[in-house]
Amino acid sequence: MTLLSNQWNAWRHDRRVVWVSYIALGILLVLLPFLTGETLGRGWVRILDFTLLYIMLALGLNIVVGYAGLLDLGYIAFYAVGAYAYALLASPHFGLHLPFWALLPIGAGIAGIFGILLGAPTLRLRGDYLAIVTLGFGEIIRIFLNNLNAPVNITNGPQGINLIDPVAFGNFSFSETHTLFGVTFPGIYTYYYLFLILALLVIFVSLRLQNSRIGRAWVAIREDEVAAEAMGINTRNIKLLAFAMGASFAGISGGLFAGFQGFISPESFNLFESIIVLCMIVLGGMGNIGGVILGAVLLTIFPEALRYIGDLQSYIFGRILVDAADLRMLIFGLALVLIMIFRPAGLLPSVRRRHEFGSDASILAQEQASLYDTRR
Amino acid sequence: MDIFTQQLINGLVLGSIYALVALGYTMVYGILELINFAHGEVTMFGAMICLAVISAIASSGTDANGLLIVSLGLLAAIAVCVMLGFLIERVAYRPLRRAPRLAALITAIGMSIVLQNTAMLIWGKQYITFPPLLPLVRYDIGGAVITNLQIFIILLSCLLMAGLLVLIRKTRLGRAMRATAQAQDIAGLMGINVNTIISITFVIGAALAAVAGVMVSAYYGLAHYFMGFMLGLKAFTAAVLGGIGNIAGAMLGGLLLGLIESFGAGYIGTLTGGFLGSHYQDVFAFFVLILVLVIRPSGLLGERVVERA
Amino acid sequence: MNAPSLTKWTLWLFVLSITLTACSKKEETTTGTTGGEMAVKIGQVSPLTGPQAHLGKDNDNGARLAIDENNVSGVTLGGKKVKFILVSEDDIADPRTATVVAQKLVDQRVAGVIGHLNSGTSIPASKIYFDAGIPQISPSATAIAYTAQGYKTAFRVMTNDRQQGKVLGEYAVKNMKAKRVAIIDDRTAYGQGLADEVEKAVKASGGEVIAREFTTDRSTDFLAILTSIKGKKPDLVFYGGMDAQGAPMVKQLQSLGLKAKFLGGDGVQTAEFLKLAGSNSEGVTASSPGLPIDSMPGGKEFRKKFTGRFGTIQTYAPYAYDAVNVMVEAMKNADSAEPARYLAELPQVQRAGVTGNISFDEKGDIRGGAITLYQVKGGKWEVLETVMGGATGMGKNK
Repeated sequence: MTLLSNQWNAWRHDRRVVWVSYIALGILLVLLPFLTGETLGRGWVRILDFTLLYIMLALGLNIVVGYAGLLDLGYIAFYAVGAYAYALLASPHFGLHLPFWALLPIGAGIAGIFGILLGAPTLRLRGDYLAIVTLGFGEIIRIFLNNLNAPVNITNGPQGINLIDPVAFGNFSFSETHTLFGVTFPGIYTYYYLFLILALLVIFVSLRLQNSRIGRAWVAIREDEVAAEAMGINTRNIKLLAFAMGASFAGISGGLFAGFQGFISPESFNLFESIIVLCMIVLGGMGNIGGVILGAVLLTIFPEALRYIGDLQSYIFGRILVDAADLRMLIFGLALVLIMIFRPAGLLPSVRRRHEFGSDASILAQEQASLYDTRR
Repeated sequence: MDIFTQQLINGLVLGSIYALVALGYTMVYGILELINFAHGEVTMFGAMICLAVISAIASSGTDANGLLIVSLGLLAAIAVCVMLGFLIERVAYRPLRRAPRLAALITAIGMSIVLQNTAMLIWGKQYITFPPLLPLVRYDIGGAVITNLQIFIILLSCLLMAGLLVLIRKTRLGRAMRATAQAQDIAGLMGINVNTIISITFVIGAALAAVAGVMVSAYYGLAHYFMGFMLGLKAFTAAVLGGIGNIAGAMLGGLLLGLIESFGAGYIGTLTGGFLGSHYQDVFAFFVLILVLVIRPSGLLGERVVERA
Repeated sequence: MNAPSLTKWTLWLFVLSITLTACSKKEETTTGTTGGEMAVKIGQVSPLTGPQAHLGKDNDNGARLAIDENNVSGVTLGGKKVKFILVSEDDIADPRTATVVAQKLVDQRVAGVIGHLNSGTSIPASKIYFDAGIPQISPSATAIAYTAQGYKTAFRVMTNDRQQGKVLGEYAVKNMKAKRVAIIDDRTAYGQGLADEVEKAVKASGGEVIAREFTTDRSTDFLAILTSIKGKKPDLVFYGGMDAQGAPMVKQLQSLGLKAKFLGGDGVQTAEFLKLAGSNSEGVTASSPGLPIDSMPGGKEFRKKFTGRFGTIQTYAPYAYDAVNVMVEAMKNADSAEPARYLAELPQVQRAGVTGNISFDEKGDIRGGAITLYQVKGGKWEVLETVMGGATGMGKNK
């Protein structure tokens, strides 16, 4: 057994194997919509599209919570800001139709500004106090979006904004069906490729940030803010940067969401969404990009997969005992509890946390009391 | 003036309910530094159990006194919620006591979802009415109206809160709880059974939640499996406002939040010259919260967090 | 992600995709033939979990009853006996989930869709049904925007906010003699949309809107807003929202000693409202689109069958029932369950449903839009009168 695993380790560290893996992964990702579309149906391709959006969203929150250790329960507000920025500037609501290449940076920028707006007054707050303030901030944004239809109609209130322009480059609209080399690409497929490229970009940025000066400064603040300050880190600016960066990622995915769905309303940006995104990163493994991606994938796909419980029941018992829809959220909740009990550091913990958990927990426990670490 | 008095009464009743639920959050937080997200759901269970018992008794056709039936329902609710609180701690939180804090937060969220959906499976998806067993009497105070139920809610809340304060400040058990909150490991060394103390904390919190749940459903006349979520959120906000971990703070925060909401909804339009209406009630509440926290980062009565050196 | 773990990941993904491919695709067509019978799938979407689950289940039950009845009575299309299958999906009242579910129904090649329950979910989903050419009949979406998108596949058997709001506003001022009106809404697409239209109609008929207050669809405490309304001495309070809030609102209104009439829309005109408000419900007036069920052919029978099988009608079950029957009738007229074929017949359907006479205008809104007003008398909804021909859904999406 050991021999086998040694061989496996040697084999998988082989450069050629790594390259082959990269290529295979690339091909798989390119073919994925076709594989899914042909087997499970196009509904699942749409789920894949949303999964990619959630990956971007979760990676953004990972910067705030995972890297900088600032617990944010109102993160979905920035997603909402990005979505509304896109919708207001590219829909019949104001009669504006800005091109896509301008919309994304604008959305990211506005969301980033909101991130700083949230960050600035809360610099002194820690842990759970920060959590409740961010939660309140998220609710405030949603309530404003829901109510700013009078006296001046800005957001169209609870009715939402409809007929938002689809994502398009020049005459190439992503929502239409295209044919290339005799292969048909329906709208949800072309969106998949767009989202995939942007998600890869976000992953790349996250990776580069992780080991940069800024990334290390974030970790320092997370581990011990006082010590970090003593080391000459400008904690104020670095914290604000974390909020702004995280928010701008959310702004980008929000804009894409608006263009993809064509209709947005405030009910899409409620507190539960914030909580779900937080669950993604904690469940997958905070601070670890692979873990965050896994968390996002699992939590987007799992509730959808649970829709088949009805079929499963009738397969096993011959009839439906409990309404599948009733069981779905129950199982989802149970899964959250169980995963956390058995893998408290997440499914794929970051290297740093793996080390912490490997060593004598009780000594560490006394030393550390930050949000990110084990409790006293 | 009568409008002002009326809003004051509205706010006090709402505030007492928030305060009672907030106590459960703050007690658990004080000891475990855990936001027990499932606490709102325990409140909901309290309401549901009480209703189930009441309707069972009422349908059996007895002509017993309404107050007696409600009291029986309340006792049953407390009994079940106490067990529920104990179980939640044992199953979901104890295994995670040394795990990262966020892991415990996620289990708490998971527990909350589980409890909600369990309640949905048991009692269905519809709103359940609270039968009008208690005779409603209205009193007129200078144009404002207060009902006997409202007076009862305020009095009972005050009584329970005072009792809790005495328990924590004056008794041996209270001292053990405070010791556990300050330093779990040392408290253990001093001969305090930390696990028991934590269980007792959850049990007391759950009992208070059960009372609050019954009060809410009797006051508004209905219960729903989703009712715990918003109530829990508001109560948690109240606990933070007062300084989470601080018992008196939770009471103050609860009452204050109730008053803020009530006066906010009533007067926000006048305050902003008609620009903002009562739809910004929650914005107003959160805004006050943020303002308080920016000025006093650990809440109104919270102790200043000692910066680690 | 370091390189070695990448290899592991790729392997996992590879295994996954092989499993995917191994899952043989089920052959699913609109008109799958099984043993001489032709199976026709009809989708139904509503929130089956979450706070609105009771309403969602109600729609599901209504549609199910209609489907079963059609199966029993037997429908023959294109010379083949048809077996209708109801495919019910849960959109948890969430717009994003609604699009996923819609796509799934399109995948399963449903012949038509009954739904969704909410306007906020019907609108984003309607685009997907339109792209696939599948007719959609919503039993309960009221937002004007739903049929104003120019999608020829979008229909509803429910009046829109403008049709109902106009009748309610005029009724409040002219028949209920209210001069000073206070309006409350729950800030949902439904409540706000209806309340805005009521406000316009009240003003247009010479009434005065003295207060506009707001709550949420999760609230239970309305004392603060009712107290401030009380200070303005209204003759009538209108609430745009659902029964779960309307009932405690009426109670609290009375406990404050506020002596004003209470008026609500179809969200309030429910059996649930009577149950929740108890004796406080006496004298409350509310509207409901269509004609009184018991006066319609088959109406009493429907009520008996429904309550016998599923219990009390919540709100929109009769509309879901009618929506299915209208769809089936169009199929019969076209002698086909192919969406493209029977879609052309839908605008021509004339049917006396249990909620009224149903036919669609050029937008897909219900034509005529009769609205019946009810008042609680002796713990029951009694018909006051039926107002014919509310304004049709003209004007652009606003």
